[in-house]
Amino acid sequence: MHYLLTHLGEAWALTVVHLRLSLVPVLIGMAIAVPLGVLVQRAPVPRRLTTATAGIVFTIPSLALFVALPTIIGTRILDEANVMVALTAYTTALLVRAVLEALDAVPAQVSDAATAIGYPTVKRMLKVELPLSIPVLVAGLRVVVVTNIAMVSVGSVIGIGGLGTWFTEGYQTDKSDQIVAGIIALFVLAIVIDVLIVLAGRLATPWERGTRAPGRRSVVAPVVGGAR
Amino acid sequence: MNFVQQAVSYLLTADNWTGPVGLAARTLEHLEYTAIAMGASALIAVPVGLIIGHTGRGTLLVVGAVNGLRSLPTLGVLLLGVLLFGLGMGPPLVALMLLGVPSLLAGTYAGIANVEPTVVDAARAMGMTETQVLLRVEIPNALPLILGGLRNATLQVVATATVAAYASLGGLGRYLIDGIKEREFQLALVGALMVALLALILDGLLALSVWASAPGTGRLRGAVTRRNHVTPTALADKPAAVDGHVLR
Repeated sequence: MHYLLTHLGEAWALTVVHLRLSLVPVLIGMAIAVPLGVLVQRAPVPRRLTTATAGIVFTIPSLALFVALPTIIGTRILDEANVMVALTAYTTALLVRAVLEALDAVPAQVSDAATAIGYPTVKRMLKVELPLSIPVLVAGLRVVVVTNIAMVSVGSVIGIGGLGTWFTEGYQTDKSDQIVAGIIALFVLAIVIDVLIVLAGRLATPWERGTRAPGRRSVVAPVVGGAR
Repeated sequence: MNFVQQAVSYLLTADNWTGPVGLAARTLEHLEYTAIAMGASALIAVPVGLIIGHTGRGTLLVVGAVNGLRSLPTLGVLLLGVLLFGLGMGPPLVALMLLGVPSLLAGTYAGIANVEPTVVDAARAMGMTETQVLLRVEIPNALPLILGGLRNATLQVVATATVAAYASLGGLGRYLIDGIKEREFQLALVGALMVALLALILDGLLALSVWASAPGTGRLRGAVTRRNHVTPTALADKPAAVDGHVLR
């Protein structure tokens, strides 16, 4: 704790790096996964292909991908881009499943009603189905972001890791308080970002407020996840 | 492509597979860490998930524990453990165990909590005790989600077991860590390929068990159809299976 308080400046600099490494992939992943999910949702064969590919991508261990990527995409070894590309792949793989789940959760009557009052397909997707899928999507997004924040710290083993650097440094110089400081900082970071996503989700879905039926159980997302 | 060729030729050389630090031995070590860590997290997560899912009390505890543990960085826990308690099997296993708990806990809890309430009520109305309801109705019906949680947890643990090498232990992570340290990147690639292969095989096996565990006849048709097809005969023979799968 003391270490964290005396090294606040360094902690902040590392946090900025950490956030860049973990959140840029989320933005790119969203930009790929949402349109992709929308496109393949109603087409059985592409949909199965997409989920199968996503499953395989997510099976590849992160540290392994960090190391293998340079030989595949031709970046330098120990380059920040490797971590970014790897995390983008994971994020897209996880999010595309979440997007499909979220779109499936939109009640059929609602989209039928939208069609009945004359919404064309694209407009229905943008104005009715995507907004209604936000709650489930936010649940998936939370897991992805927390996972990414944890994964980036593993990158410190190969020399790129934001706050994870404190783990490897503390280990090499035998300073356990530096490691504890890193754990606390990462923990706080994950919680802050998580809360921000929940708040953003609430703001984006004003109709959900106060209308939650008392019997409805909110279940922890069981399927997605993977801090490596 | 040079590294790839070197890595492949390394993998295809028989001498590299044998001996106390050969690929075979490292793979076994890796599987050993994974199995022990998964066993330990199952011992914690499954009973807690079953109880909370069954009673419906402590849901907030599950959500908090799952989110909290997910944001705990494994590498940090591992290195801190090594500094405080010294080298050995303890710190990596505890760190990996903590990694496995959230997925397994979420899967077990969600599985039990999502069993159709009418089915549970019917079981009670037939005179089953609470234990019987849990063991003979809820667990068999929840098995796909429980095993799904086990699958996710195993995937993470087998992938992360590589960091054990950073704390001077064995396993496939040795190739990754040593390869990077000595700038012999083809060695690192060998480790990466082996871990990915191992993860894919384990994931395939567990996916098969998830598939096989679906109760009733609507096995491959998604959760909604599955629930509608639940029949008492489909529920009877599963408690033994869950032990076999979860306690490895």
